[in-house]
Amino acid sequence: MRVVVDLNRCQAYAQCCYAAPSSFALHGPEVLIYDPAPPPERRREIERAVQACPVRAIRFEAEPDAPGQPGEARHG
Amino acid sequence: MAEALRAVVVGASLAGLRGAEALRREGHRGPITLVGDEPHRPYDRPPLSKRVLSGEARPEAIDLPGQAGLDLTWRLGAAAVGLDLPARAVALATGERLPFDRLLIATGTRARPWPNPAEAALSGVFTLRNRDDAAALRAALAAKPARVLIIGAGFIGCEAAAACRSIGLSVTLVDPTPTPLASVLGTRIGRVVAEMLRREGVDYRPETRVEALEGDAAGRVRAARLAGGGRLDAPVVVVALGALRNTEWLAGSGVAADAGGVACDGLCRVLDRAGRPVDGVAAAGDVARFPHPLFPDGPVAFEHWGHAVEQAQHAARTLVGPPEDHGAYAAMPAFWSSQFDLNIKSVGLTNGADAVAVTQGSLAERRFVAVYGRAGRTVAAVSFDSARWLPAYAARIAAGDAFPPILGATDQGRVAPMDPGFPQRPARG
Repeated sequence: MRVVVDLNRCQAYAQCCYAAPSSFALHGPEVLIYDPAPPPERRREIERAVQACPVRAIRFEAEPDAPGQPGEARHG
Repeated sequence: MAEALRAVVVGASLAGLRGAEALRREGHRGPITLVGDEPHRPYDRPPLSKRVLSGEARPEAIDLPGQAGLDLTWRLGAAAVGLDLPARAVALATGERLPFDRLLIATGTRARPWPNPAEAALSGVFTLRNRDDAAALRAALAAKPARVLIIGAGFIGCEAAAACRSIGLSVTLVDPTPTPLASVLGTRIGRVVAEMLRREGVDYRPETRVEALEGDAAGRVRAARLAGGGRLDAPVVVVALGALRNTEWLAGSGVAADAGGVACDGLCRVLDRAGRPVDGVAAAGDVARFPHPLFPDGPVAFEHWGHAVEQAQHAARTLVGPPEDHGAYAAMPAFWSSQFDLNIKSVGLTNGADAVAVTQGSLAERRFVAVYGRAGRTVAAVSFDSARWLPAYAARIAAGDAFPPILGATDQGRVAPMDPGFPQRPARG
């Protein structure tokens, strides 16, 4: 999975840290540390974290489309 | 008819991806080709100077979400080298030409290299802008060098210093200005950062200039020679001197672009050399220079994460809809930086500020809000571990409130404006 947090929006309410403790943590009073590529089995807790965020700062994508799909050309 | 329109987005980073996403959201149904000079899918840059360097995040595991379902055609590892406006096509380094009806320019910036090319090419000398830069520097740090020399105490330099200390490396940080972050925060607030760096074990040396880098016979960097005669052993050197805007590929195209960026109007429409908007061509993110209604000194360009997202969305709306329908781009500038356990956030723009006042907390506790004033108006607010105050200040800045704007709050002590201490000639980095 892919996760990104808008750290301009983040206010360190730490709800994600309770909802998905293996993926989010605070360092100091408000530095949010997170796993940008959590494994698929954490999907439920990542979804809980997204829902729990009071400022809606977390975005995630469960299934990235694979490279090499039709219509895709790498290296020109 | 709309189905047939072709969009090309040049730049496959945050602004390019969010622009492509917004083109779809705004109703662009034709093909979208996303061009990137790096071989990688769009990834998030902020971790590169932090957890990627410390080894806590893998450089290949920071791809941005929001890529699935957009039906994009990718041209990765293929730099754009020219824009042919009469033919409405982008030329790639591969020789391919991509015709477009709608073009979003989001080519961003690159690291400003060490000025001496031979010294910059020494093995062990790094810049830090791209995923590959960070992966290479991470590999060098994992080998536990005896010392890391970081040249430039801007945000990248300070964050890299913090990452190196977090894995136990000896770090020397040099910069010509009197404090870290002096050109953005001023030296009064910069002193707080200097104290933190030293407390965390960084050998921070202000007002210090590196004159030359010295290599050995094998082409490896060994030392840095300092202006005034000193010398530092340095098996790893990180050059953190700021960024250069990627506009060279537009030379001769008729678009108004130079080292200051690609000139746009408030709707993100790219301007030609006569200052007229070019039909169907917009720009966004670090590379775009545009008039911001809050800042009267002239066009500005912001190298901020949130700006890349918001301006790309604005530009996409301009490209798809009647551009006049949604007004000028006026998002409040905002950024963050984390160093050690400290969270620094900012709203507004400190440029030209003539006063700063601590309005919440205290410098001594390293937990505060500092508000910047210019000619009696509030222009910026910076928080150290006090981010929840910033939205209130952002609203005051947007409203053009007097400085200082919030007085008499229950948690406030005496608010005393000070000289922010911006260097006379702001140093890069």
